Amino acid sequence: MKTAIIDYGSGNLHSAAKAFERAVHDHGLAMKVEVTADAESVRSADRVVLPGVGAFADCRAGLDAVAGMVDALHEVVIKKGRPFLGICVGTQLMAERGMEKTVTPGFGWIGGDVVRIEPSDPELKIPQIGWNTLEVRREHPLLAGIPTGPEGWHAYFVHSYHIAATRPEELIATTDYGGPVTAIVGRDNMVGTQFHPEKSQKLGLALIANFLEWKP
Amino acid sequence: MTLKARVIPCLDVKDGRVVKGVSFVDLIDAGDPVEAAKAYDAAGADELTFLDITASSDNRSIIFDVVTQTAEHCFMPLTVGGGVREIADIRKLLQAGADKVSINTAAVKRPEFVAEAAYKFGDQCIVVAIDAKRVSGEGETPRWEIFTHGGRTPTGIDAVEFARKVVSLGAGEILLTSMDQDGQKTGYDIELTRTIADAVPVPVIASGGVGTLDHMVAGIRDGHAGAVLAASIFHFGTYTIGEAKQHMQAAGIPVRLDTD
Repeated sequence: MKTAIIDYGSGNLHSAAKAFERAVHDHGLAMKVEVTADAESVRSADRVVLPGVGAFADCRAGLDAVAGMVDALHEVVIKKGRPFLGICVGTQLMAERGMEKTVTPGFGWIGGDVVRIEPSDPELKIPQIGWNTLEVRREHPLLAGIPTGPEGWHAYFVHSYHIAATRPEELIATTDYGGPVTAIVGRDNMVGTQFHPEKSQKLGLALIANFLEWKP
Repeated sequence: MTLKARVIPCLDVKDGRVVKGVSFVDLIDAGDPVEAAKAYDAAGADELTFLDITASSDNRSIIFDVVTQTAEHCFMPLTVGGGVREIADIRKLLQAGADKVSINTAAVKRPEFVAEAAYKFGDQCIVVAIDAKRVSGEGETPRWEIFTHGGRTPTGIDAVEFARKVVSLGAGEILLTSMDQDGQKTGYDIELTRTIADAVPVPVIASGGVGTLDHMVAGIRDGHAGAVLAASIFHFGTYTIGEAKQHMQAAGIPVRLDTD
C-alpha cells in the first residue's frame, strides 16, 4: 500500500510527509509514504495527498508544470476512485476557480469558487491565523473520534481565501470567523481541509490516521 | 467557536544552538533547539518562532537543519526569521518545514521584496518583523521609528507608516517588537501595539518586554494583538505555557486549552 504526497514545488511537503509517517507508525499501518513528482507513481498510489501553500495561481502553475500530473490526478481520483486528501491550497484546487489575484481554473471537483473570506465583523483580521474549532455539517469518517463543536479540539488555520461551496452536501465542516468559513469539503472518495492537519497537533494526526484508514 | 489568541515562545538560535538555553524542563541538552521545540510542543504552545541570530555566513545554513529536524518531531506551526534576504531563503525554509517566514532588515532595505515573497508564497506565509523605538518626547504625539541591527541603527522610517506599507505589499502578519521594552520585563509597549494593530488589517504579534502574565492579557485586550510572543519568562520557567493560557482565559480572552 502506498500513499503518494504530490511534490510540485509547493512548501510544507516535509512537514506533511513527517506527519503522515508519524500517523502510519502510531497506528501500525502497513503503508508506505512517498513524496513524489512522478505522475506514474501517483497513478499507482493507493491514496493521494495534494498539499499546498501559497497563492492559488502559483500553485496551479506549479502543478501544471509537472509533466502529466494533472492527468494522473484525474485518473487516480475520478476514474479509479482512490481516496484523495487535499490540504489548504491543495483543497482549494478541488474547486471550480481560484479568484486570488487572478482568475485561475481549479479541477472542478467541488462546486464553488475560491474567494476571499469576508468576516461580518470588520475588526477581524485577514488572514485568519491561528487555532479554531470545527462545526460539523455532515458526518464524515475523517472526523471519527475527533471532538468537534465549541468545546472540541482545535485545527490550525492560516489563510485569506476559502471555497465558497455551492453544493451543501459537499460542505463537511466549517469554522466560525465572523460567520462560517469552509474548513472541510468532500464527496465520494475525495476530501480536503482548509486547515493544516500536519500542523494541528493531535487533531491533525488523528485526522490523517482516519484518512489512511478511510474506505470510501 | 472563535479564533483563539495565540501564545508563542520565541527561541533565539545562534550557530544552531539556543542562546541562553531553556531551563523550564529537564532537557537533556538545554541548548538544543529541537529539544526545546519538542518541549514547547508538548506544553501546548500555539506556535513556535525561531530567530536565527547567527552572524557568520559560514554557519547560516545550520538553521535549515534545525527546522528540518523540528518538523520531524513537532506537528505545530513554525515561524523562522533572521537573515531572510532572498526568495531562495524562503523557499528553503518552507521546504524544511517552516510555515511562515519572518523578514526584518530586508523589508526595510527593499520593501518590494515583501511583495515578491507574498506573490510567490502567499500573504499568509510572510511575516514582517518590525523593531520600533519611541522617538517622541513627553507630552508629544507618540511616534515610533524603525530601528535595525538589534535597535542600534535608526532609519528615520515611521513605524506606523512602514507597517501600513508592508501590509499593502502583501505581509500577512506583523511581528512587532518594542526596542524600548525588550528585555525590561515591564510589559509590551501597549500604545505602540494598539496603534499598529488598529492601523493594519492583518494580525499583529506583540513582542518585547513581557514579564508577567498580566502583560500578555494587556497585549491582547488593550494592544489588540492576535498573539503574544515571549522568550525568557517561558525559557526560565517563570511561567508555563499552560499557566499563561489559564490566566488569559480567566481574563476573558479565548485561548486553546485542548492540548495534552
